[in-house]
Amino acid sequence: MLLRAGDIGVLLAGGLAVAWSIWLAWGSERGETAIIRAGGQIVETAALNRTRQYSVSGPLGITRIDIEPGRARVAADPSPRQRCVKQGWLTQAGSAALCLPNQVSLEIRGQTAAYDTLGY
Amino acid sequence: MTRWVIELPVDASDRRIARLAALAIGLTLAEAAIPSPVPGIKPGLANIVILLVLWQYGWRAAAWVSVLRVLAGSLLLGTLFAPGFWLSAAGALASLVVLGVAQYLPRRWFGPVALSVLAAFAHLGGQLALAMGWLLPGAALLKLLPLFAAAALIFGAINGVVTAQLLAVDSPDKRQSRPCPTP
Repeated sequence: MLLRAGDIGVLLAGGLAVAWSIWLAWGSERGETAIIRAGGQIVETAALNRTRQYSVSGPLGITRIDIEPGRARVAADPSPRQRCVKQGWLTQAGSAALCLPNQVSLEIRGQTAAYDTLGY
Repeated sequence: MTRWVIELPVDASDRRIARLAALAIGLTLAEAAIPSPVPGIKPGLANIVILLVLWQYGWRAAAWVSVLRVLAGSLLLGTLFAPGFWLSAAGALASLVVLGVAQYLPRRWFGPVALSVLAAFAHLGGQLALAMGWLLPGAALLKLLPLFAAAALIFGAINGVVTAQLLAVDSPDKRQSRPCPTP
């Protein structure tokens, strides 16, 4: 008899410990606010609590940003490669979408700021 | 002239501990040759020997084998009193403490697998406590915790199953492998 009842219990407890360690070490915070910048200046700070749209103008044109409960995205941007649009919805604190040619950025913040500052 | 002879009586249990410690040291050396993707993650094959000794000869013998393995193993690997040695010693001591308590779990329900997994997690805990308290204070070691914990669970379970298998083969009434019948 290789496995006894208590062994299975200990293995399950070990599995729980691994899951807890994953949550502890790798789980990141859900975002709470979206910070929209144009040309490096904060133009809007929006709580991620209700559905809204913002339009921010940059050198190339208008960047549209969607805010929904718990998430935010760059919906449309005049930049040629559309990288910030393709990032899709951002939910985790500390994540950011940068539309560099149009100098617009969307950053998600949690309760505590993950970084003091970010330089682009 | 006085004859001064210090008699160190060696009995059968001493020889047994020496033999088993040699086995554990051999496994430690063999294991040191296995490359690991993340430093610190090792199968801990020597713990199979420790568990066998604990199961059959009790905690004192297991503690002797474990301490001798850490000392002589690091002596042979050239890491005596280096950081790796202290990590190894902290892990071995922590798992000995946990095994000292866990050996009283009823054997009807808790087999070598349970002891092995508990000892593996204790080993991880002891090493991590020393590493975070002394060697790498404030380092992002916590980010590797899931890898370490998963390794402790997997290798602890495997070592426990191997130990249980060896114990089952060892007891003749429950022999699992029979000689092959000749045609």
